[in-house]
Amino acid sequence: MKYLRKDRLPNIFCPGCGNGTILNSFFRGMESEGIDLKEIAMVSGIGCSSRIPGYVKCDSLHTTHGRAISFATGLKVGNPDLNVVVFTGDGDAASIGGNHLIHAARRNINLTVICINNTIYGMTGGQISPTSPEGSIGTTAPYGTRDKPFNLSELVVAAGASYVARWTTIQPLQLSNSIKKALNNPGFSFVEVVSQCPTYFGRKNKLRTPVDMVKSFKENAINKRKADKLIADGKEDELIGKIIVGEFINKKRAEFSDNVCNLSKQQCGEEHATKSAYLSKLEY
Amino acid sequence: MTKELFVQGNEACAHGAIKAGCRFFGGYPITPSTEIAEDLAILLPKHGGSFVQMEDEISAIGAVIGASWSGMKAMTSTSGPGFSLMQENIGYAQITETPLVIVDVQRGSPSTGQPTMAAQGDMMQMRWGSHGDYEPIAISPSSVQEFFDFTVEAFNLSEKYRVPVIIAADEIIGHMREKIIIPHEVEITPRKMPKETPEDFLPFKPTKNHIPEYIPAFGEGYNVHVTGLTHDERGYPDASSPKAHSKLVTRLCDKILKNREKIVATETKFCDDADIIIASYGAPIRSVSAAVSLARDEGLKVGYIKINTPWPFPEKQLEEIAEIANDIVVVEMNLGQMVHEVERIAKDNAKVHFIPKIGGNLHKPEEILSKIKEIKKI
Repeated sequence: MKYLRKDRLPNIFCPGCGNGTILNSFFRGMESEGIDLKEIAMVSGIGCSSRIPGYVKCDSLHTTHGRAISFATGLKVGNPDLNVVVFTGDGDAASIGGNHLIHAARRNINLTVICINNTIYGMTGGQISPTSPEGSIGTTAPYGTRDKPFNLSELVVAAGASYVARWTTIQPLQLSNSIKKALNNPGFSFVEVVSQCPTYFGRKNKLRTPVDMVKSFKENAINKRKADKLIADGKEDELIGKIIVGEFINKKRAEFSDNVCNLSKQQCGEEHATKSAYLSKLEY
Repeated sequence: MTKELFVQGNEACAHGAIKAGCRFFGGYPITPSTEIAEDLAILLPKHGGSFVQMEDEISAIGAVIGASWSGMKAMTSTSGPGFSLMQENIGYAQITETPLVIVDVQRGSPSTGQPTMAAQGDMMQMRWGSHGDYEPIAISPSSVQEFFDFTVEAFNLSEKYRVPVIIAADEIIGHMREKIIIPHEVEITPRKMPKETPEDFLPFKPTKNHIPEYIPAFGEGYNVHVTGLTHDERGYPDASSPKAHSKLVTRLCDKILKNREKIVATETKFCDDADIIIASYGAPIRSVSAAVSLARDEGLKVGYIKINTPWPFPEKQLEEIAEIANDIVVVEMNLGQMVHEVERIAKDNAKVHFIPKIGGNLHKPEEILSKIKEIKKI
């Protein structure tokens, strides 16, 4: 509670939503890494998960649909001292914002993106998303979707991110540990959290209660190492319907805002300008 | 030290940005604006600034808004197709009162149109392009020197009024080469950090002339929540209260409309005794001024008004013109955009004529002169 804007409570999330568990894991990860909330700035787009930063007592930009990562890019390059965290969802990050997601991963810009993947558009009332499993029902797929979903974590690894992990809301400790690593990683970090939307996904897909939903996560979650072994043994079919969890990559490489700062240091011999809008005189 | 340069308009704009204190550029290549990005890619690192080539124009303006809240003066440049893509985030910058500058070097349109040819077809998009009620500021240069000067002015206006300011340039001014003088010092408007403690500070409470004058940069401990939702003075969403929405959006418009006389800029020539006055802006001013000289040589009482700030529209100044002249001739490179504003203001006080032009060529002074003679029936 000490991290929340008490004057904004109660929040808008439905009973049984995974957002609370995830935010709690975020604060645990942040504390265990010894990071003060003062160092953090949050950015989000549009959707249920994007409403999280508005409840947290830190500077935050609640932006347009899909564009959070591009706003975060300007914020981070403008002031590299900020620890910039993006809260986003599957529709926000992977559909309308898919291009920004892969380009930020390609640049390896030091952002921590927490993508709450509930496989549905919750805010607008239950339309299918780019991560909805094949066959699942949404208001825009009343007969079950035939679209193939994105494997988001694999996509972001392929695009060049330096830290990627996926967990579900039934693994809050592993999740907070990954968030800790993500906050500490000097590069693009992507933490995908498979979360429950009992209101709009569960009700339509025979998982009526939050308990049914998290039970399904428990039954279907399989560790990445085990999954890799199944694939190596040619038993890929056993992974159908499973949620592969764990770390997908943890490999440091050159970071974008550092490169921008170093270039300016090299070209003008001075530190990269920050907060220069407040100066009344500038050297030309 | 004062510097003299012989440069094209786009390069002058880049120098103006640096001089105004811009230290962040986010953009995407597009003809005929690309040289602004290219020149800033060279200049910004030399001044401790950041240049970021983004993946599209949507993210370009997104990054610029983010950089602005980090405490930097920030800008982007584009042309019609990219300007269209920016519209949603321009509305975001409006409702969140984020200072930034957008340069639109206009080209033949709609769609891909004529990438290398000049036009003034985006004037109404600058006014109404994003959804909802808002009041933009747009300034239009008609020479390379003005492209430099107006870029500095654009940054100052964006800081003073906390709005995105659009520089309504065009391909002719962007690519034309002229001598410019860069003064040793220009007047710049610095951003103001709040004086109150974070506990007492309301980030969206107007403090003077409907403007919330103080903007804490992110990371200063003010814990500002910036949202595109309708919000209260704390910045907290309040999206279903008719009263809150009306209060916010009315103030956003009043911030410009009630300060209109401080923002608008026009120049008049030979208007005092004129019975025909030509109204124009941007590149066509060059033909207009030549046409007026030709007309005066023939003893015709013709003058012109040069509109430096198409938005907010200089209503009072055009009212005065309509009082003086019997006829107003609007000259612009489109099939009719700002002419509707002139008609709205002139009412029955003067007859409004229009010389449209599309395709990329500037009006010839003779074309304008023959319209004058047509009106005079000579």
